[in-house]
Amino acid sequence: MDKNSYKKNDLPAAVDLTRITPYGDTMNDGKVQLSFTLPVPFGPEADEAARLLMRKMGLKNPQISFSREMTTGFTFFVAYGESSHSVDYTSIRVPKIAMEKLSMEEIDRFIEERIGRKVVVVGASTGSDAHTVGIDAIMNMKGFAGHYGLERYRNIDAHNLGSQVQNEELVARAIELKADAILVSQTVTAKNVHLKNMTALVELLEAENIRKKIVLVAGGARITHELAKELGYDAGFGPGTFAEDVASFIVHKLESVV
Amino acid sequence: MKGKLNLDWNKVEEARNYSRKIADAVHNFVNEHTTVSVERAICRLLGIDGVDEYDVPMSNVVVDHLKSANLLSEGAAYAIGNAILVTGLSPQRIAEEISHGRLDLRSLGYGPEVEVFGAIDGLVEETVEKIRLNRVKRDSLIQELGEGKKPYLYVIVATGNIYEDVVQARAAARQGADIVAVIRSTGQSLLDYVPFGPTTEGFGGTYATQENFRIMRSALDEVGEEVGRYIRLCNYCSGLCMPEIAAMGAIERLDVMLNDALYGILFRDINMKRTIIDQYFSRVINGFAGVIINTGEDNYLTTADAYEEAHTVLASQFINERLALMAGIPEEQMGLGHAFEMDPSIENGFLYELAQAQMSREIFPKAPLKYMPPTKFMTGNIFMGYAQDTLFNVISIMTNQGIQLLGMLTEAIHTPFMSDRYLAIENARYIFNNLRNLSDEIVFKEDGIIQERASRVLDEAVDLLKEIQSVGLFETLEKGTFADIRRSLHGGKGLEGVVKKGNSYRNPFIEKMLGGSCDG
Repeated sequence: MDKNSYKKNDLPAAVDLTRITPYGDTMNDGKVQLSFTLPVPFGPEADEAARLLMRKMGLKNPQISFSREMTTGFTFFVAYGESSHSVDYTSIRVPKIAMEKLSMEEIDRFIEERIGRKVVVVGASTGSDAHTVGIDAIMNMKGFAGHYGLERYRNIDAHNLGSQVQNEELVARAIELKADAILVSQTVTAKNVHLKNMTALVELLEAENIRKKIVLVAGGARITHELAKELGYDAGFGPGTFAEDVASFIVHKLESVV
Repeated sequence: MKGKLNLDWNKVEEARNYSRKIADAVHNFVNEHTTVSVERAICRLLGIDGVDEYDVPMSNVVVDHLKSANLLSEGAAYAIGNAILVTGLSPQRIAEEISHGRLDLRSLGYGPEVEVFGAIDGLVEETVEKIRLNRVKRDSLIQELGEGKKPYLYVIVATGNIYEDVVQARAAARQGADIVAVIRSTGQSLLDYVPFGPTTEGFGGTYATQENFRIMRSALDEVGEEVGRYIRLCNYCSGLCMPEIAAMGAIERLDVMLNDALYGILFRDINMKRTIIDQYFSRVINGFAGVIINTGEDNYLTTADAYEEAHTVLASQFINERLALMAGIPEEQMGLGHAFEMDPSIENGFLYELAQAQMSREIFPKAPLKYMPPTKFMTGNIFMGYAQDTLFNVISIMTNQGIQLLGMLTEAIHTPFMSDRYLAIENARYIFNNLRNLSDEIVFKEDGIIQERASRVLDEAVDLLKEIQSVGLFETLEKGTFADIRRSLHGGKGLEGVVKKGNSYRNPFIEKMLGGSCDG
């Protein structure tokens, strides 16, 4: 029998946070799974084109596990490769909203004790965006995934204006309701139209001279805090946000203003 | 019982009668023989461990010596018992003396059998008690921590490096897995020895060694504590070292073992005589240790057609049930195998699958049936594969399977990534939770497609068992009835390791584990 060639007693490599690369089943194997379609006819040349492209993406050992003609002149691939790149995780700085996260009960108490009146919040999905899933998850009574929405909060007066609300209308309602905060939801957008729309709202609030009096918050699948700040908002919330995250931010911000 | 399939229970009874006769004939053969791996397992259970300076396991050193000394037919228990009687040394010391060429068991005078077996009785008792306590420990951990609902979610790890396997296994347990199987390195089933120590290089899997068992057991106990669920450990008690792996597993508290001679015969070309003898002792150990055995019928359908050959699966389940009962394995530990391998292009394939899975459930009501995911028709199109796995999970919860070997969307591409396992567990949990009691709510239409299918498969299985009963199991394997694969009685690997038992032969472990029966 072999002299134990199977046994070198080497422990798996420890993670090196300065050189992070994908993990399949072994540290630093770099495994990446991808699927895409090329506008070329199905065949060995198509597979080779896919492999060449993957190499240009920086993926070593490209393997096509599946390819199929989608229609004449188009081939779909499922493929695997190994990343030749790595990133330094330790040098990453992501701007985050610095605040203490409170529960619904804590927020209601916070408002009672430190603000002393009901907080008025107006929210809408603005511009051409017809999707209300984001704003509903934050504002509606029922909330999302077991997290109640702002309408359920005893000390928050929440107004969900729905979808495709124009900036002018939103600002008019905010003035009328004496809103403390405006929530803008942007769920599905194309060609960065949401950026223009979000900027336009900031300009409108400044023209009305109420920007500084209002807590302005953006939310949506492609919104980050960093982006929102750049556009002149007080905060931005991405996927995985619940009502209490937004409310915690609003009440802390209001307290510092009041 | 009142089933959904309106099965003809006289037919089921008839099938069981044929199976009894088939198994009896096999067992008569088994009783007259032993093998090198049975004797090595006895050495291990007597406490012989470690390797010599050439990395040959000490159990192999001793049994090779017995073979060359023409003592193999009298058995390791007899030879070592006598050596203890004469030299007063421990089994481990005796093995070391043999290894250094300082002890030749031929040259010893042999005492009366009563005294010889009396000399190892305490050691046998000690090991059997240790295994019994492992069983108690498992039961109390399950009591204390709880366990997942059936079907248990079974996933594999297969990195080749036991320490990397631990990383994967912990992740799987946290994601919701109930059973973690460490796939063995390609080719281990054909090694006539068990590698030693922790191993970090394997091909398509990780070597089964006692140390690797220990490392994974302790990792799963730890993560089980963390997630509040007992996590079962599975390995492969098949190939040329079945009884030895069973012994190691019993000592290290494994919970589930693939354990099927037919699998080794058909898919690894192991000699049928050798492995059927090995299987008996391995099953006695597994039965006593409370280990759930998994049988390999599912694999038939990876080579034979799932629609045409479904009855061979059922016939084999009947035979495996009887062989397991003979080895003292209760029905609750019989993970009889079957698989979701219907060609996806068959119209109503789902209905036929449903019929077969429900039939296994009704015929073997107490068995934690092992249900295998699609493999043959997985193409590398991970999106279609994920849909196939979804239907597989639906059938499982609709028919109350016991052990769900989760399908991986990357089947046929690579051994599972951590993320593949995550997606598989998420899929199964979603479906099992949403359809939890669907099976209680539905009945199948009288004489509909599903009932008709089950009845036809049962009829065909009965015919097949009748035929096997008349020609014998070995002859049936020679004809290529199972999995469309033919194997010859004298072909395959390991036949040279089989001997007829001599007059002094006894296997004291079988006697103790079966509760005093001298069978075996």
